[in-house]
Amino acid sequence: MSDKVMVTTTVNGEECEALVEPRTLLVHMIRESLHLTGTHIGCDTTSCGACTVLLDGRPVKSCTILAVQANGRELATVEGLEAADGLSPVQEGFKEEHGLHCGYCTPGMMMTVTALLEENPNPSEDEIRKAISGNLCRCTGYVNIIKAVHYAAKKKEGAAA
Amino acid sequence: MLPSTFDYVAPTSLDEAVQALAAGAGDAKIMAGGQSLLPMMKLRLASPGMIIDLNGIAGLDTLEESDGMLRIGALVRHADLENSDLVRDRYPIIHDAAQHVADPLIRNRGTFCGSLAHGDPAGDWATVATTLGAELHAVGPNGAVVHSAHDFQTSMFETQLGMDQILVEARIPAPKAGQGSAYLKIERKVGDYAAAAVGVMIVLDGTTVTEASIGLTNVGPLTINATDAAASLVGKSIDDAAALEEAGRLAAEISEPSSDLRGPEEYKRDLVRVLTKRALRTAGARAQGKEA
Amino acid sequence: MSAPTVSTVDGAIGQSPKRVEDDRFIRGKGNYVDDVQLPGMLFMAIYRSPFAHATINSIDTSRAEAMPGVVACVTGDLLAQHGLAWMPTLAGDTQAVLATDKVRFQGQEVVCVIAKTAAQAEDALEGIDVDYDPLPVITDPKKALDADAPIIRSDLEGKTDNHIFTWESGDADATDRVFADADIVVKLDTLYPRIHPAPMETCGAVADYNKATGKMTIYLTSQAPHAHRTLFALVAGLPEQKIRIISPDVGGGFGNKVPIYPGYVVATAASLLIGKPVKWIESRTENLMSTGFARDYHMEGEIAATKDGKMLAVRANVLADHGAFNAQAQPSKWPAGFFNIATGSYDFQAAHCKVDGVYTNKAPGGIAYRCSFRVTEAAYLIERLVENLALQTGIDAAELRRKNFIQPDQFPYKSPMGWEYDSGDYEKALDIALDLVGYDELRKEQEEKRAKGEIMGIGFSSFTEIVGAGMSKICDIAGLAMIDSAELRIHPTGKGVLKLGVQSQGQGHETTFAQIVANELGIPYTDIAVEHGDTDHTPYGLGTYASRSTPTGGAATAIVARKLREKARQIAAHLLECAPDDLEFDSGTFSVKGSPEKSKTIQECIFGAYQSDLPDDMEKGFEDVTYYDAPEMTYPFGTYICVVDVDKGTGQVKVRKFVAVDDCGTRINPMIVDGQIHGGLTQGFGTAMMELISFDEDGNCFGGNFMDYLIPTAVESPDWTLGECTTPSPHHPFGAKGVGESPTVGSPQAFVNAVVDALHPYGITNIDMPLSSHKVWKVLRDNGVSDE
Repeated sequence: MSDKVMVTTTVNGEECEALVEPRTLLVHMIRESLHLTGTHIGCDTTSCGACTVLLDGRPVKSCTILAVQANGRELATVEGLEAADGLSPVQEGFKEEHGLHCGYCTPGMMMTVTALLEENPNPSEDEIRKAISGNLCRCTGYVNIIKAVHYAAKKKEGAAA
Repeated sequence: MLPSTFDYVAPTSLDEAVQALAAGAGDAKIMAGGQSLLPMMKLRLASPGMIIDLNGIAGLDTLEESDGMLRIGALVRHADLENSDLVRDRYPIIHDAAQHVADPLIRNRGTFCGSLAHGDPAGDWATVATTLGAELHAVGPNGAVVHSAHDFQTSMFETQLGMDQILVEARIPAPKAGQGSAYLKIERKVGDYAAAAVGVMIVLDGTTVTEASIGLTNVGPLTINATDAAASLVGKSIDDAAALEEAGRLAAEISEPSSDLRGPEEYKRDLVRVLTKRALRTAGARAQGKEA
Repeated sequence: MSAPTVSTVDGAIGQSPKRVEDDRFIRGKGNYVDDVQLPGMLFMAIYRSPFAHATINSIDTSRAEAMPGVVACVTGDLLAQHGLAWMPTLAGDTQAVLATDKVRFQGQEVVCVIAKTAAQAEDALEGIDVDYDPLPVITDPKKALDADAPIIRSDLEGKTDNHIFTWESGDADATDRVFADADIVVKLDTLYPRIHPAPMETCGAVADYNKATGKMTIYLTSQAPHAHRTLFALVAGLPEQKIRIISPDVGGGFGNKVPIYPGYVVATAASLLIGKPVKWIESRTENLMSTGFARDYHMEGEIAATKDGKMLAVRANVLADHGAFNAQAQPSKWPAGFFNIATGSYDFQAAHCKVDGVYTNKAPGGIAYRCSFRVTEAAYLIERLVENLALQTGIDAAELRRKNFIQPDQFPYKSPMGWEYDSGDYEKALDIALDLVGYDELRKEQEEKRAKGEIMGIGFSSFTEIVGAGMSKICDIAGLAMIDSAELRIHPTGKGVLKLGVQSQGQGHETTFAQIVANELGIPYTDIAVEHGDTDHTPYGLGTYASRSTPTGGAATAIVARKLREKARQIAAHLLECAPDDLEFDSGTFSVKGSPEKSKTIQECIFGAYQSDLPDDMEKGFEDVTYYDAPEMTYPFGTYICVVDVDKGTGQVKVRKFVAVDDCGTRINPMIVDGQIHGGLTQGFGTAMMELISFDEDGNCFGGNFMDYLIPTAVESPDWTLGECTTPSPHHPFGAKGVGESPTVGSPQAFVNAVVDALHPYGITNIDMPLSSHKVWKVLRDNGVSDE
């Protein structure tokens, strides 16, 4: 019903609860109830991907999912990328290859790339371009983001070997 | 930018969903992926009083070929189709289209059946469903109902689906021997609707077309089944350039595009002609095993 | 030329250390305005006009006021009681904060709703009832000056037309005389269409008025926080020491965040009146429909030349569409910005330009989108004209440019419209680009393709920019001299803080400005923390836009560091018991000439500055501040070459290769410079190929969201091949010129020139941007080109 409902999710491995209206969008729950402001909002039309998070491992636009739809599901946001032993390969790649300027699209972009490398550990340039084409970046021209993905892929491969 | 208030219902069975829909009395909307509905709600172009979320219902994510049909359940996402080996190997038109529906993030959430139920002539899946002659299986208070993809859309954003019905599965006839298909879309950028797109399916005996079907996207108030263009090919060789040109001409003739930011009417009509020929060539090559 | 003395210290100029600011961004720990959450914070939403031009008969907010959570509805009449219904623009015009008499563009601000939650504020917009009488609408600037045109600015006393200004530069008579005698005149009539910077973060503010202290703190998406503080003081009548602007992390600016928008003003006024923090964050639709657009220049240009391609004179006549209020952001004395840089890279005998600004029923603006004040429009016009001269004369496009370039020995070069170019070597940049692209082979390939009926084109742009404003004798904004500043304080342990008047929106200042200090003082760049954006904690400056940060703030940083280096030298001499002139300085160490074993590190000197044993006349401590007023502009340049293939069936243009050779003088951090160029080229690509804000004749805006306003994704964006050459600026402390905008200024015409080159066999000499497939298709079909 339109009264507020309790949503329980696992966010970056931790169980979280939030009381939200049914119309509350997932991105607002993440930013305003859970205070994880690394996930951003860049448009009104599901076009930009600044709000990308992983829902049960899949990258989705959290501005176009209701918060209640995440009940009982697993979420991953940019704040969960860094592990106890340091930056994730994707985070490291973005820094090493200058894959960001203003940093606004970066969290969403990194979540998409994180999921890409899980599915496809060694993507080609074309595969990377296609995979990140739901995430708009106004600053970088994407060239160094592609390099960052290659860097991360190599780093992960090295870690796995 | 967020929707007006609504009641949210998350049924765990189809029966419950059908009951909720009946109770919603015309003010309820079914949500599967929500990638068309929610954006409209955020812009307040749609303000349903109730949302019935299908995502908690088990068994709606079937994607398999059985009994000579490809079955696509209501919760099969665009990305599931894009990543399916079965689809890539046997239904290349679906594989083609899946890579151009919206963008990769939306494809992780939006659904094939939801797109059909949305009734948007700009939707790529309606063209694919029309081209492949899909059966659309729905349930309502009186049980199962089957619609044909051919005349499913009735007007812009309206379909034959009753207000009390839920589209639960699309079934697509498995390919015949010698079948090839393709989908070609011109978009201004990733995520754009088609300036024009064309889906084709042909069956060849040698190089002779024995069966053909052509669907057109976003070049009229409804998804277009270009029957005359398709019929003109039957009996012709797929290598007959004049026959392809004629099919393209007929497809362009039946299209009714309107001018907008994607281009003037005559441009879109010509795109239909060009894309029809190109898609037929690709489908022909595929039918002959010359190209994946 | 003053090439910099390069230090070997970690992070000195010319090295590419990774960016220090990235550590927070890659963890999701950036802090943007929308991330600010304050206790008791209220939220604001704006009701906007659906009409482009209509009289307001009445505004009824009673339904909205009765809706859940609504605290207040602010109308123009309420603001008028506080003298805030209208505000001055940066261009010396006035702009309605909230409309009172009539609305003048679709999307104009009419009522602001303040509520307890953002959702409630948005819901309440549906409870605002405004009664309008629609008026005739003007969207075509060419009709704005018709005698029967409706007067848009009826609020301006005695205003009887829609004309804003006429501005001329150069010598009209001398130019006309050259044209009268010229062998060849090439003409071009072109529109640089209305586009939008569209940074990924929209504009917004959180205004937080503290009644107890009387202090107004405003978190603002601002490229110019200090100038904004002064303007807020002037507009709102608040004492300036009681205003603190904090521009935290900014998610891209590109000129969009230079003006002051009505939303900022109302949020601030609301916080003042209600006594609680008020947050306003623009939606993307609001951003694209109402905040500063760019360009919208209708340009007629001509070049007079000899038969053999010697260019003699250029003239231009421009109709500038400024929308409903003249809210463009240009230095005060420059109503058409630096459009008179339109002679570009070429040595003309004479030149003249005339620009007329007009009002239309469109959103106000005319901001410098990744552009130094209309240089983008000027560079586009001259490079398009040169291309057409090449096509008309049959002279190779590269050779025509080479023949007419200003030569290296002509610098400093005085242009016929009055600018003094600092340095350049245009032929060198051209040659590097020709080599990188493989020009001779490409022309051969083009010939072969044409014989087969295939379509490809090669387009050039050999642009010259004018950036780094700069020069307070000619440049001010609202009377504020366009200086910028740096304050450097090094603590006793040799690590310190650099505070800047400029502000980063992604340019990497926290890294590059630390590198400047590292280079000057020989301190590792990681030992310098850079602060910017908070007006209570940084020295005054005019902000970051127009590629001015490195030319002005960067210069200030080098100079303040040099002042402190001299202090350190005095201390070293004192400690080493020698004369200061006997000391050499290299990478952080002072040593006695001829006795290198006698030395002091800069850190020892800094520590010394806080100890008792100092020269008698020396103050303790190690800090200083510099306000830098540039003696001249800087003039970055480059040559870009674009290669396109055209699909005859669909009209689609595919950029096969794009070579960009930039000369921005000394490069502080080559990695960041390349990143800036990648980004700017991609924006230039968007401008050339797909971006557009257009209107129907009723003034309905198309392009008000990211489904209609198309910015390139990774799939459409080309790959970029970069080359470089370095001609330092002779007047900048370390020879830098600025680079942020070269690629957006230089690239659009390269794409267009390539497509015009491709289609020239069909008699085409112009296609206006964006180069939509359907426009190319039309050219092909009109000329009987079939798809096969």
